[in-house]
Amino acid sequence: MTQTSAPPEGARRADVRQGTRLRQAVGTIGGQNLSLVIALVAVLALFGSLNSDYLGWSNIQVMAQSATVVGLLALVQTVVIVCGALDISTGSQAGLTSVVSAMAFTSAGGNAMAGIGAALAVGVACGVVNGLIIVYGRVNPVIATLATLAAFKGVAQLISDGSAQGYVLGDDIFIFIGRGKIAGVPVLMWILLAVAIAVHILLKYTDVGRNIYAIGGNDTAARLAGIDINKYLISVYALAGLVAAVAGIILTARTGSGQPTSGSEGLELKAITAAALGGCALKGGRGGVGGTLLAVALLGALDNGLTVQGVNSFWQNVAQGTLLVCAVVIQQRRSGERPVGLPT
Amino acid sequence: MTSETGTPLLELQRINKSFGAVHVLHDVDFTVHPGQVTALVGDNGAGKSTLIKCVAGIYPADSGTIVFEGAPVTVNSPRDAAALGIEVVYQDLALSDNLDVAQNMFLGRERKRKYRLPLLQKLLPRTLDEAAMEEAARETLARLSVRTVASVRQQVASLSGGQRQTVAIAKAVLWESKVVILDEPTAALGVAQTEQVLALVRRLAEAGHGVVLISHNMNDVFEVADRITALYLGRVAADVKASDVSRSQVVELITAGRSGDLGLAPSTAAESI
Ligand SMILES: Nc1ncnc2c1ncn2[C@@H]1O[C@H](COP(=O)(O)OP(=O)(O)OP(=O)(O)O)[C@@H](O)[C@H]1O
Ligand SMILES: [Mg+2]
Repeated sequence: MTQTSAPPEGARRADVRQGTRLRQAVGTIGGQNLSLVIALVAVLALFGSLNSDYLGWSNIQVMAQSATVVGLLALVQTVVIVCGALDISTGSQAGLTSVVSAMAFTSAGGNAMAGIGAALAVGVACGVVNGLIIVYGRVNPVIATLATLAAFKGVAQLISDGSAQGYVLGDDIFIFIGRGKIAGVPVLMWILLAVAIAVHILLKYTDVGRNIYAIGGNDTAARLAGIDINKYLISVYALAGLVAAVAGIILTARTGSGQPTSGSEGLELKAITAAALGGCALKGGRGGVGGTLLAVALLGALDNGLTVQGVNSFWQNVAQGTLLVCAVVIQQRRSGERPVGLPT
Repeated sequence: MTSETGTPLLELQRINKSFGAVHVLHDVDFTVHPGQVTALVGDNGAGKSTLIKCVAGIYPADSGTIVFEGAPVTVNSPRDAAALGIEVVYQDLALSDNLDVAQNMFLGRERKRKYRLPLLQKLLPRTLDEAAMEEAARETLARLSVRTVASVRQQVASLSGGQRQTVAIAKAVLWESKVVILDEPTAALGVAQTEQVLALVRRLAEAGHGVVLISHNMNDVFEVADRITALYLGRVAADVKASDVSRSQVVELITAGRSGDLGLAPSTAAESI
């Protein structure tokens, strides 16, 4: 029997192998990411056919540059969300650190490193404050960072008196960050790329990342496995603050001065939108750098396309909101959750 | 009374524990021998989970001594317990649904790749060694003759109750732990899966582990246990060989704290209420 059935079985095995390889390929990209790629291609093709300049290198650079700040915040938001938490205050942190970078730069007599260092330090401090309030104050992350969203913005407005501070574009380092290029690619994109790779390695290839997923998946299990959850949460918020400070420094370098609110207000919601669109589950434990970056690209391409077409910017908000709801509905349908009570 | 030979693996002496005004454990003595299954029985709220959480370093006992392999030890965190070789499989199954079987088995103690150059070893963060962990997880499951878990790359969310329990137990074994404590491992399982888990418990003891089985099911207890320790309202009512007692005696010890000449003195049993 085995002999007679040998050839078809062999053929079937080859078939199966091919099938699994395809499934593996889809698996590594992820179903969620695949739909994002399709959506991105569709958006690029649509606006590309409407406007020939849309897909030109110069417009792509414009898109990428305007997406950098959101991209940075979305990347760290991804880490925070994977942990099962949320950081609504990142936009305010970017605004505050933008002001700090410019003011420290000015008061240090035009020393860019002083400005950058001070901004990074303030960013980490903001993150640690968030973490401490959440862990030791026992405040829900949404409430805690909602409070610091207001508070950090207030501090930024207080120290800047509500207006743009300093002028940094006489300095080579700030010019390099804001306008420079390496190998024909804007420095901003390199920064985003570097942070993305670092976060990806952290999440996927280190024990720290594994533990972050574990905390988001089941914090009791993580605690029982001996993971110091408090340390992790505070560190993750500190990381969010650090990267928000990088975003703040970029804001300063792009606009030429420290901006307490303009350019950073509302970024936190865009970042959360991108993370959720990219497949992060808000209950934690799921999400990754690939999906988030794709979502940032999709949102950026959509925004830019609508602008290039001269569509009223209010429609951009509507488009973004619709996209997010559709993405999450599809995601939930696929996971087969029953429509009873509040969704998880 | 007992005919035990050799030093016990784990000995708890006069453990007391209160939560606020509630005195949950009263001078509890508890002994675990290598190669034996010790059943820890008692009614709901008797303090079984609390006792093992004191051993596991979840919360400290108020007083009492923990002696491990003949030497007194302090256990202040789950890591301390793990370092000694005490592994607990919790009642509420401490597995992470979003991780796969191998990832769960190594949670908190991931293996990392080694760099060839010692300098790199110091400078670079070490990445996870997925292949080694997958291999070790598969080996452990094979060693326990587990055939119910098809792939160690399966997400735990997709496993049945029995499979999850199996993974949790295999996780404990992976660490060459000397004492494996199982808190109601069969509570949520069907007949066939219960049998599989009990067979696994027996194999653990035969492999030389000291096994503690917490259970409300007398069938399970008498099927695998060598010794039985009964808790009654936070006190040890009896510590006996399983072959020396009958089911009805154990049930009486659990529900009334005494049975014939076994158990707490009538005055103590009454006072506890
Ligand atoms: N963290 C806690 N805080 C306050 N009281 C607690 C705590 N944990 C347990 N208790 C109390 O201690 C007593 C013993 O609880 P424990 O969980 O040890 O019982 P158990 O024997 O495991 O019961 P079961 O068979 O139902 O699992 C109960 O009265 C319970 O209310
Ligand atoms: Mg219990």
